[in-house]
Amino acid sequence: MRGGGVRATRTVRPPLAVAVLGGMGIAFFLLPLGALLARTPWRRLPGLLATEVVADALRLSLAASLSATALGLLLGVPLAWLLARGDFPGRGLVRGVVTLPLVLPPVVGGALLLFALGRRGVVGGALEQATGIVLPFSLAGVVVAVTFVSLPFLVLTVEGALRGLDARYEAAAATLGAGRWTVFRRVTLPMVAPSLVSGTVLTWARAFGEFGATLTFAGNLPGHTRTLPLAVFVALESDRDTALAISLLMVGVSLAVLLLLRDRWWRAP
Amino acid sequence: MAALPDGTRAARPPGSPGARVRWVRVGWALVLAVAGWGCAQEGGGALRVSAAASLTDALAELADAFQAAHPGTAVALNLAGSATLATQVIEGAPVDVFLAADTATMGRVAAVDRLAGSPVVFARNRVALAVPAGNPAGVRGLADLARPELLVGLCAAAVPCGAAARAALAGAGVRPSVDTEEPHVRALLTRLELGELDAGIVYATDVLASAEVEAVPLEPGQGAETAYPAAVVRDAPDPEAARAFVAFLLSPPARAILARYGFSPP
Repeated sequence: MRGGGVRATRTVRPPLAVAVLGGMGIAFFLLPLGALLARTPWRRLPGLLATEVVADALRLSLAASLSATALGLLLGVPLAWLLARGDFPGRGLVRGVVTLPLVLPPVVGGALLLFALGRRGVVGGALEQATGIVLPFSLAGVVVAVTFVSLPFLVLTVEGALRGLDARYEAAAATLGAGRWTVFRRVTLPMVAPSLVSGTVLTWARAFGEFGATLTFAGNLPGHTRTLPLAVFVALESDRDTALAISLLMVGVSLAVLLLLRDRWWRAP
Repeated sequence: MAALPDGTRAARPPGSPGARVRWVRVGWALVLAVAGWGCAQEGGGALRVSAAASLTDALAELADAFQAAHPGTAVALNLAGSATLATQVIEGAPVDVFLAADTATMGRVAAVDRLAGSPVVFARNRVALAVPAGNPAGVRGLADLARPELLVGLCAAAVPCGAAARAALAGAGVRPSVDTEEPHVRALLTRLELGELDAGIVYATDVLASAEVEAVPLEPGQGAETAYPAAVVRDAPDPEAARAFVAFLLSPPARAILARYGFSPP
């Protein structure tokens, strides 16, 4: 999308120290992947993946991560707009709070959700009284946990794009009689579309791989809350080959997502 | 974890480059110093004991008693679900002593020849039906775990407390309506303490250790027992101290401590 531009055609030989240290860095990332490929029981792979346990976990992972992505778009894009354009007191603090799940250990995020939305939580107790809905130990709880952890990726990506926009286009549309909603929908959103797409994919990928917050907030039950990462965690202790097979599946899906985003990362300027 | 969005980087006003380089050097030195200090503190020379989560409270006191009797030997505890610990030992983690919450899990380690010598049972425990203090859901017995409207937790089947819980349920002819499977008994206990679950099956010792849960008495003939084996791990970094620790677990002072936390003698 942002291709073109100036590209260096001349290759430069790296200094020796850079080559050695950089090479060690590459090995650091390739080694675990190599180990996974070496230990994967390839012949039994189809049988290991075609089980009810894996199918259930895959279904739950897809349902939770796609719901979280939809919810993220619904809340995250307006939130990004407010952060980029809004003028309200404490905006910096809000941005910090929104960024927090990005750096917080997910298990802490899950614990915070439990204290807020659990049955004895500040809001969760009232929610159960009023509606009978209990979020922990349900798929809805998984979606909440996964959204909490993945939403910042969308917000920060879109906010960055909004900040980089030339506001004159929107101003021009407004002078031509477009209302604020029309400007947002017809001018602003199309202009940040590339970032919106990459932010969405990144958010989905993070949601798909979420583990700590899910386990802490939503519990762990096959067919109900055990997503693929939780299935790996469980299988590691009882059935190593299944754990390897699911790991391979997740590496494959994640790599595919990164390939989708190659414009952004794989062909960096 | 990834480059964040583009366009967020603001141009920095040019400061004095010399000062900046100096700060970078100070930063490096600090990072390396702290990292080095952290590595030096890391369990160096301590006896490494991997123990089932249900031993958490008793083992803290047992370790203190052992250290008092063997000055100069520090004990480092690695507490988790027995299944997690077994996997670590099988994968070659540098562990001196392994304390599992059932003989089946210890058997998994023995089967791949990762033990030095045969395991000895040093304590026993039995399952308990636990509810949050005050029993808000009005649970009266194991049969209530089949009620779908209750939030019920068990340990995962791969860990000893999960195996024992399932044995107790099968013995009572109850098919539980489970809402979560936890990786070790203390994780399950925490959920009960928080009131997130209405009932769960933990060990009698866990109920004794927690002021925030209570036990619902089981009917005569219900329940299940588990035995705790101890073993010195093959290639233990400190085999001599490891053998001394296992011997200590069978001694009268250790038994007295275990009894105080609700464990039965082997």
